[in-house]
Amino acid sequence: MVSFLRFLINGISLGSVYAIIALGYTMVYGIAKMLNFAHGDVIMVGAYIAFCAMSYMNLPPLVAVLLAMVVCTALGVVIEGLAYRPLRQAAKLAVLITAIGVSYFLQNMALLIWSSNPKVFPSVFNVGQIRLFDGNLVISSETILTIVANIVIMIALTLFTGRTKMGKAMRAVSEDKGAAELMGINVNRTISLTFAIGSALAAIAGVLLCSSYPTLQPTTGSMPGIKAFTAAVFGGIGSIPGAMLGGLLLGVIEILGKAYISTELGDALVFAVLIIVLLFKPAGLLGKPMNEKV
Amino acid sequence: MKLKKSTVNNLISFGIVIIAFIICQTMISTGVMKRSLRGQMIPICVYIVMAVSLNLVVGISGELSLGHAGFMSIGVFSGIIASAWLKGALGLENELIRLILSMIVGGAFAGVFGALIGIPVLRLRGDYLAIVTLAFGEIIRNVLNCLYFSLDGRHLHVSFNNPSIPGTILVNGPNGAKDVDKIATFPVGFVLILFTLFVVLNLINSRSGRAIMAARDNRIAAEAMGINVTKYKMMAFVTAAVLAGMAGALYGMSMATVTAAKFKFDTSILVLVFVVLGGIGNIWGSIIAAALLTVLPELLRAFADYRMLIYAIVLILVMLITNNPTMRALFTKLVPRRGAGQKGGEAL
Repeated sequence: MVSFLRFLINGISLGSVYAIIALGYTMVYGIAKMLNFAHGDVIMVGAYIAFCAMSYMNLPPLVAVLLAMVVCTALGVVIEGLAYRPLRQAAKLAVLITAIGVSYFLQNMALLIWSSNPKVFPSVFNVGQIRLFDGNLVISSETILTIVANIVIMIALTLFTGRTKMGKAMRAVSEDKGAAELMGINVNRTISLTFAIGSALAAIAGVLLCSSYPTLQPTTGSMPGIKAFTAAVFGGIGSIPGAMLGGLLLGVIEILGKAYISTELGDALVFAVLIIVLLFKPAGLLGKPMNEKV
Repeated sequence: MKLKKSTVNNLISFGIVIIAFIICQTMISTGVMKRSLRGQMIPICVYIVMAVSLNLVVGISGELSLGHAGFMSIGVFSGIIASAWLKGALGLENELIRLILSMIVGGAFAGVFGALIGIPVLRLRGDYLAIVTLAFGEIIRNVLNCLYFSLDGRHLHVSFNNPSIPGTILVNGPNGAKDVDKIATFPVGFVLILFTLFVVLNLINSRSGRAIMAARDNRIAAEAMGINVTKYKMMAFVTAAVLAGMAGALYGMSMATVTAAKFKFDTSILVLVFVVLGGIGNIWGSIIAAALLTVLPELLRAFADYRMLIYAIVLILVMLITNNPTMRALFTKLVPRRGAGQKGGEAL
């Protein structure tokens, strides 16, 4: 029972990281209708920036996270402007292949700059542990922080998209680009803003991911990135609560699957879930079904 | 006798491939070709077949598949097991027949899995389809990592996650296959290329091929014309899987050791790079790109670290140039040529 609870909490912690990454995917997909394959690699860049800031420049963790967010935000906006904006009218296939190219570019740049040797991410956050069941169940400070960060981000984003003018502009663009433009919304700037927010979240996710799983490599981001996309699809792509729910469920499924079914097949299980969801509920758990226009 | 234009073009294609083969073969037998390059001949054949078959899916059928290496790995392992079984259980010593039979087995297995995967995958569209093919590629790799095969006399044993099985181990889970009979030869690889070209070119120029391309260009219009879109997409997908499986079997038997980890997502992307750089939908482009890009790293060892980086940049640039109207206009002004790389670009 205690071990089940431990796995469940680990799952929620991992799921929270997936959820934060999935938010970036879901917002970008909702607004630009493109699968930003490079999102996972922005996570990796964020983690490396935070790592360098803490290990080489001896900055305090909070400053390091802020620095990583700033760098990733800039990176996200630059990627969007250089690689994706020229292809706004192009076929989906072309945009997807470009995104794969960007992903490879980031990975190989990281490989050249930081080499393939795994870096050990320092344990940064120490807000104390929670001990339950006479110390049989220890919830680490990383886990607490990840879950808290997840909740805060979720609330902040819901308020942002629901209440602020820019958030409303984002929702308008994701619903109908042409109509939004006619209403005087600057579509390009709104899309850039979405990429900026998504990339800043990716930086946070990178730091949180690496504080729980402290090996940092140029390929660190790709698998969580793909799984987070799975989570976004699972919850219904384009929906913010959906990304949250999908991320949490996927994290729990992965950890419980690894614990009780097979360690090697944990990833396969996650992808099997994706396929089953897409077959029976193509719009995801909380997504709205889209009708095809002729 | 007057031949159809497509037949003439196909015959020219075969002629060029045969001439290229003869040149390579003479260079090998006269010793002009360097040893390191000679070792690359079978991988070149394999990657040409992989690129042409992926082009059938991406270019002709217009669906982005990111799990092509998965089919290759199925071909690799079923081919290796088939070859060992034919030798051990049936006492078939003739290497050529064994190689060809193993390639057929590899292709058949990959084809079966292609059909199984295609049924759910091809119901999806666009990005979803791409991500699900990626998911299947990863699942195949994960499952292969847990499978153990051994040959005990005439019996083939399979176990899941349990390395202690009787007989000689053929495939050892995550450690893959060791001490494989290296029976693959360059001429067989060349014949496989010819076979692939024969299949793919004939398919493209057939009624089915036109249906596949119609479904790519406008799914709804094609459906309205009475084309069973899923059936024709399936035809392209399974054909590509079979060819990838055959290429995989050839590849497996040209390597002494091979593991499932080799066929991860990166390999699928590498083949996609060949297809995109050669021109989506352009079979000849795929052949040339696959051959050149397989040889280049061998020639440019000094730039090994930058190879993938350059691939990435070139991939982005090619997509921008062929798909952005302003850049395309600029590029055609600089380099006057027919836009070969844009055929399938507007596919989705």
